[in-house]
Amino acid sequence: MLLSRLSRLGARITGEATRGKFTDTRRGYYEGTFNNYLHFLRNRTLSTTSSDKAQEEGSEQTEKISVTFVDKDGEEKLIKVPVGMSMLEAAHENDIELEGACEGSLACSTCHVIVMDVGYYNKLEDPTDEENDMLDLAFGLTQTSRLGCQVIAKPELDGMRLALPAATRNFAVDGFVPKPH
Amino acid sequence: MGKVALRAGVGCAVVACGIAAVAVGRRARSRRGWGRAVALLKELEEGCATPVLRLRQVVDAMAVEMHVELASDGGSKLKMLLTFVDSLPIGMSLIARSFSLLRSDQLHVCVVGSGPAGFYTAEKMLKGHEAAKIDIIDRLPTPFGLVRSGVAPDHPETKIVVNQFSRVAGNEKCSFFGNVMLGGHGVSLLELRQLYDVVVLAYGAESDRSLGIPGEDLGGVYSAREFVWWYNGHPDCKAMPLDLKNTDTAVVLGQGNVALDVARILLRPTSELAKTDIADHALASLQESTIRKVYLVGRRGPVQAACTAKELREILGIKGLHVHIQESDLVKSPTDEVELENSRIRKRVYELFNKAATSQQSNPIMGQRELHFIFFRRPDRFVPSESSLHISGVRLEKTSLEENGDSGRQVAVGTGQFDDLNCGMVLKSIGYKSVPVDGLPFNIHQGIVPNIRGRVVNGAQLEHTEVEHGLYVVGWLKRGPTGIIATNLYCAEETVESVLEDVKRGLAASGSQKPGRQGLLQILENKGINYVPFSGWQKIDSVEKLRGQLKGKPREKITDWEELLRVAHA
Repeated sequence: MLLSRLSRLGARITGEATRGKFTDTRRGYYEGTFNNYLHFLRNRTLSTTSSDKAQEEGSEQTEKISVTFVDKDGEEKLIKVPVGMSMLEAAHENDIELEGACEGSLACSTCHVIVMDVGYYNKLEDPTDEENDMLDLAFGLTQTSRLGCQVIAKPELDGMRLALPAATRNFAVDGFVPKPH
Repeated sequence: MGKVALRAGVGCAVVACGIAAVAVGRRARSRRGWGRAVALLKELEEGCATPVLRLRQVVDAMAVEMHVELASDGGSKLKMLLTFVDSLPIGMSLIARSFSLLRSDQLHVCVVGSGPAGFYTAEKMLKGHEAAKIDIIDRLPTPFGLVRSGVAPDHPETKIVVNQFSRVAGNEKCSFFGNVMLGGHGVSLLELRQLYDVVVLAYGAESDRSLGIPGEDLGGVYSAREFVWWYNGHPDCKAMPLDLKNTDTAVVLGQGNVALDVARILLRPTSELAKTDIADHALASLQESTIRKVYLVGRRGPVQAACTAKELREILGIKGLHVHIQESDLVKSPTDEVELENSRIRKRVYELFNKAATSQQSNPIMGQRELHFIFFRRPDRFVPSESSLHISGVRLEKTSLEENGDSGRQVAVGTGQFDDLNCGMVLKSIGYKSVPVDGLPFNIHQGIVPNIRGRVVNGAQLEHTEVEHGLYVVGWLKRGPTGIIATNLYCAEETVESVLEDVKRGLAASGSQKPGRQGLLQILENKGINYVPFSGWQKIDSVEKLRGQLKGKPREKITDWEELLRVAHA
């Protein structure tokens, strides 16, 4: 038990270290401190369960869904998100500029995303009071706004499109027609 | 590839000019007269004109060439070429400028203040301009501003954002200089503007609005800001002469989130606070506190209360707390209904008040802590005790709401009915106030630096404004002391956008090579200022965490200025 936990810890550390965005910054500063590390683990445990399982079970493939992020300038990026992962994490793993000031602990509104199709919005669990409290303060709130850290990938969400707030200046949520390429 | 296209493009233009010149010569000999000359000139113009498409190709080719040259880091003749051309098409001159910035001129940026506004600005600057070299200075030896000294100790999640700020500080193009004050014995604004191409002021609001009513300077009357700094271990407020043992009642004037924070800290069981990073002296004081009742006083009603749902939900949920709300205060006028309809947050806050009012017990149990929401009252004067040095209560005037013109905003007006509320302590939570420094335009009335999208402007009237080149403002100093941490994200985006526009247009960088960091270091050395680099803060950080661990707290803050410096330079 202890061993498997340790190995999971190791996997996470290497995972973090190899992820490009941290390599040029001083990650070491955080890793050295116990409290931060604990916190780090607490935040990641929930949302990375599925990918960890995949690592442990080796050959078994984790199911992935397609999600399109539409950034502030209307640029689109299609990414594959493993089931169980939050949109905040997925965005960060794919270098999408979604802020995450509180790192998914429901204490800020910076990972605000807009679900561009009501159909998909309705497939999500209702936001909790705590999420609504944060959405109250979100910039450019819409009827289909959610916090990226609370939207967890599941098979029904395959094909979902999420807009980052500033993009709403140019596009209406439902009547959005993508530019031909 | 790029070079070939470039040469082809330039070649074609030259050929076109040549043909035109030959044509001009031939026709000038055979035709005479003014009319002919005009026609000739027109022809010449047409002949010399390079089609837009071709020009575009030339520009694109040049851009490719620049990238190649930059990548190989060898010398390029292009820069010289461009310098000799007087008027370039807009696209080209922009490329030429950013090119020269990329090549040699660094953009020296100084951000004054290391709170959320300062750090978000630094982050956006780093992303927005490759050659930006950013120095963040702060009056305190510690960074992060109100994230460290404002956010309540029982809100650790809100402080997680320092991870992001630390990554910014860890960027090699960014440096932190703690213990460096703007003005006073530190560095003057004039000096900073001489040292840096861009100076962004993000020093927030370190003072308080005053009520301007009698008795405000009596003992027992404090600003909520001072109280917050005190429990958060700010070195300026560690020695605050706060007595929590001479009374059972505290009055908080204001109903915003700061008011709710201070009320919560006064009412929350200290066993819970002991597990937070609350300052040791504050915890000890609160453990001995005799305060059992807290009144939160607002000039307007529950529809207008300035708090957010999260904070209200939290204080209403304190274990074993008796909450009292006058049910008659919850009656809504038609104008209130409109206000609620237009604001999701006001609606949700009102619903929480409503729910709390209907579920409250009629009377507190003996010894139970109490929280009273007092609506529609404004402070009229502070009542002195017999000794006349300390307060014994607050006189409140009943108010009613009146619509303020067409704005739809309702303001509180006095009704002439007064009642006294006895208490031994008052915390004024009516707003923070920014303080100007020498050489900085400042609007005393609004308490902000006059600015257009972050560009500091001089002059009171809009039509006579003059932009202070290279000087910008962000955060509370720019828009007043409101909003949450994330508000600074958008605020910083706006200011940085202005900076980048100005740099592009050549307005912010003065052209002369400013010394930037080297110059700052020189001044600090000359003045004998012992600055704290980010590595110094990291030492403080680990000592604080270690001391915290011994007490079962996430951190034990060092609250003494000298000790902070000692640890940082150890």
